[in-house]
Amino acid sequence: MGAQLRVYKRRIRSVTATKKITKAMEMIAASRVVKAQRKVAASTPYAQELTRAVTAVGTGSNTRHPLTTEAENPTRAAVLLLTSDRGLAGAFNSNAIKAAEQLTERLEREGKQVDTYIVGRRGVAHYNFRERTVAESFTGFTDEPTYADAKKVAAPLIEAIETETADGGVDELHIVYTEFVSMMTQTAVDPRLLPLRLDEVAAETGKKDEILPLYDFEPSAEDVLDALLPRYVESRIYNALLQSAASKHAATRRAMKSATDNAGELINTLSRLANAARQAEITQEISEIVGGASALADATAGSDN
Amino acid sequence: MAAELHVELVAADRQVWSGEATLVVARTTSGDIGVMPGHQPLLGVLESGPVTIRTSDGGTVVAAVHGGFISFADDKLSLLAEIAELSDEIDVQRVERELERAKAEGDASAERRADVRLRAATATR
Repeated sequence: MGAQLRVYKRRIRSVTATKKITKAMEMIAASRVVKAQRKVAASTPYAQELTRAVTAVGTGSNTRHPLTTEAENPTRAAVLLLTSDRGLAGAFNSNAIKAAEQLTERLEREGKQVDTYIVGRRGVAHYNFRERTVAESFTGFTDEPTYADAKKVAAPLIEAIETETADGGVDELHIVYTEFVSMMTQTAVDPRLLPLRLDEVAAETGKKDEILPLYDFEPSAEDVLDALLPRYVESRIYNALLQSAASKHAATRRAMKSATDNAGELINTLSRLANAARQAEITQEISEIVGGASALADATAGSDN
Repeated sequence: MAAELHVELVAADRQVWSGEATLVVARTTSGDIGVMPGHQPLLGVLESGPVTIRTSDGGTVVAAVHGGFISFADDKLSLLAEIAELSDEIDVQRVERELERAKAEGDASAERRADVRLRAATATR
């Protein structure tokens, strides 16, 4: 076997092995997307009821609360960035990071100091490499986040927002995550979580014109709101974590699918080249034989004379 | 037929129970509260404790609820809890072990959680 042909054969073998791996990863990611989507759906009733309750207290009482009132002159903001622990997901992490950087830039232009909180090893690595300060980071659960994880992430954020700005607290809380629109589309979004805009919250429930009943608050509107808002933040962060996980798996699936497709294409091209090389080798051998034979025939013909 | 109210018991990550009921008893921060059909709209903060639901077919559903809210309007009652378990989902022996461990370690909140679950589990048996 010629050297050229051997090289092609070796590359085909290696690409075939890679293709098998990417195909397996694609299928794993596909099954995880479905699982993650189911989790998003399972968490929806709680989020919906909670949103309804928040709207009810917010509109049904005249209570002022640090989490619903906008600071007159916001000077500090917190940005929570959700990335994944593992890569191999195409542009998933870089899109989220880019969105966070644009948001940070915008907030800084508005004269606010930004504290960054990061979930996921990829985001942490990106910020550490650029030696930027990170207020707090969380890793290790982005593939399958639980509610306890969301609570863990939310705790320092709620504490920061409840602290006075002068003592190192923040006035605003933004969250950057990748919204799961469909299997094919995931977009990085950066909504403001706090202070709450009640009209937006109301629009989310989808029933804008619904007249909310006058609730009786037990024990009091302030206490209910006090207890409700941290839960609301937790549930929103939980939802964002779940969506981000689903998006990550969908992105992985897509990246692995195109890797598999590319590997298949590469194998095709390489086998064509290998076939051509083999054919060239055969042709050369034949012409060598023919050339040798005719030389021999010429030589014998010459000796005859 | 007696009037009914629709109950949704939801935990943060799943819907635990949903159905029609005639009476729901839950523990709020200011004491136990019973809600029957036609109750005034209500929004309250729940304590850790068992929630008793009398279903319209005469049965009783007990659930252990750890923190959360009760909201009632238009004969629709939602119980929102971070963690909620139905009594028949609770493994009594495991909870007893947890209770002992919590007591030994002096972990007051874990002890209270285990206690609530134990009470919810034994209430129906």
